[in-house]
Amino acid sequence: MVRKFIRLTALLSVIFLTFTAGAFAAAGGTEDKTSFIMHHIKDSHAWHFATVGHTHVTLQLPVIIYSSDRGFEFYSSASFVDPETHLFGKEHNGYFIDENDKLKSVDESRSFIDLSITKNVAMLFLVLAITLYILLSASRHYKSNPNKAPKGIASFVEPIVLFVRDEIALPNIGPKYKKFTPYLLTLFFFIWIGNLMGLLPGAANLTGNIAVTITLAIITFFVTNFNGNKAYWKHVVATPGVPLPLLLIIVPVEIIGLFTKPFALTVRLFVAITAGHIVILSFIGLIFVFESYAVGVASTLMVVFINIIELLVATIQAYVFTLFSAMYIGAAVADHGHEEAHH
Amino acid sequence: MDLISPDLGLIIWQTIGFAILFIILAKYAWRPILSALEEREGTIETALYAAEKARKDMEGLVAENEKILQEARIERDEILKSANEYAAKIMEQAKDEAAKQGAKMIQDAKAIIQTEKEAALTDVKIQVAEISLHIAEKLLRKNLAEVPEQKKLVEEFVKDIKLN
Repeated sequence: MVRKFIRLTALLSVIFLTFTAGAFAAAGGTEDKTSFIMHHIKDSHAWHFATVGHTHVTLQLPVIIYSSDRGFEFYSSASFVDPETHLFGKEHNGYFIDENDKLKSVDESRSFIDLSITKNVAMLFLVLAITLYILLSASRHYKSNPNKAPKGIASFVEPIVLFVRDEIALPNIGPKYKKFTPYLLTLFFFIWIGNLMGLLPGAANLTGNIAVTITLAIITFFVTNFNGNKAYWKHVVATPGVPLPLLLIIVPVEIIGLFTKPFALTVRLFVAITAGHIVILSFIGLIFVFESYAVGVASTLMVVFINIIELLVATIQAYVFTLFSAMYIGAAVADHGHEEAHH
Repeated sequence: MDLISPDLGLIIWQTIGFAILFIILAKYAWRPILSALEEREGTIETALYAAEKARKDMEGLVAENEKILQEARIERDEILKSANEYAAKIMEQAKDEAAKQGAKMIQDAKAIIQTEKEAALTDVKIQVAEISLHIAEKLLRKNLAEVPEQKKLVEEFVKDIKLN
């Protein structure tokens, strides 16, 4: 089992290397390699898979723009590619994509929303499709024979579902856990599958994107506060047992506390996943900075090692995000949480 | 800076995507999976409870069987004991009876022997008397005429012969 796991990771790393090696080699100095890494972990309007020689294997993605004066506009990102440099920068219909891969309007006073299917949005669709495929095929087993032991994909999903229900939802939320279990399960599977797919060669850094993590954190924030009971809000706005002068300090702290929770969720997942990607890419980058066989071998071994760690991190971060969400929800719905938590 | 400034477009797509994922999964994955798990857990619990109950019933039955067996054993022992006693009594009685019978038979035999002995003695006496008479007769025939006192003496002798 462990040997298979390591072999698989090694294979992934090799594929990853071959995918990125060409692009790395093409990038010039150390500065360029840094920007290559940053480009790799950031969002883009094109999905760059590999560079073979001097040919970039890139999928140009659709650009969707909404503005109040022009309504919806649809383009291909290929329209913004400069035919000479093969980079973004060409102006098209009053828009261009800048060096940070952001869509800008030529007329800077115009405001618009960039709803493009970027690399991360495309990755999001892939993650959604695979998550749906896995879980819907697992649920088919339960519909046809609910009392039988799980088989096939259901036997893979069931222990995770039980873990989320019995180890995350039930102990942290308490008797009302049933209402929130579907949300926590969705959260766990989305983050976990997103993390794992992000490790695949050529994949986008979806769960390491701050927009994605902040969205998930905000959803948890809303779920927590919309379900907050009287005791929870009383705790926030007039903490029981605290003298009035102290309340002037405590209440702002409590209110800030409401927002630090989703902030912590956002940053934790974003940093953990992005850092992992940067470390892997940096080790690969080292090979092309030093151009030595010894560094090549050492770096490759390190990449394999970090990849194994990343598989762990992918799972741990999904668990942690779900666990903290459950704890926040649990604190908001607990019947006499304050009395028990502090005395 | 670019890395930590969230993109509005991606936030919108992520919100829509996650919402769709949640709605579909909640309805078509979590509901059947969670309810099936609950149902299965319920079934297992019921089965375990039933097994426990059956085990307890079995224990009760075994205890009852043991009790019945015990009673049967005691009863058997009692029966055996009384039968042994009865047999011993019968044997004792039979022995007594036999002893009595034997004693009586010996008594009878002794009485008969006595009677026979007496009869035989009487017979012998008669025969001795006759033989004596014959002898005496023969003797007398020769001498009787000669001395009457002698005859008288013989008769006296015969009379005196008493064979015990």
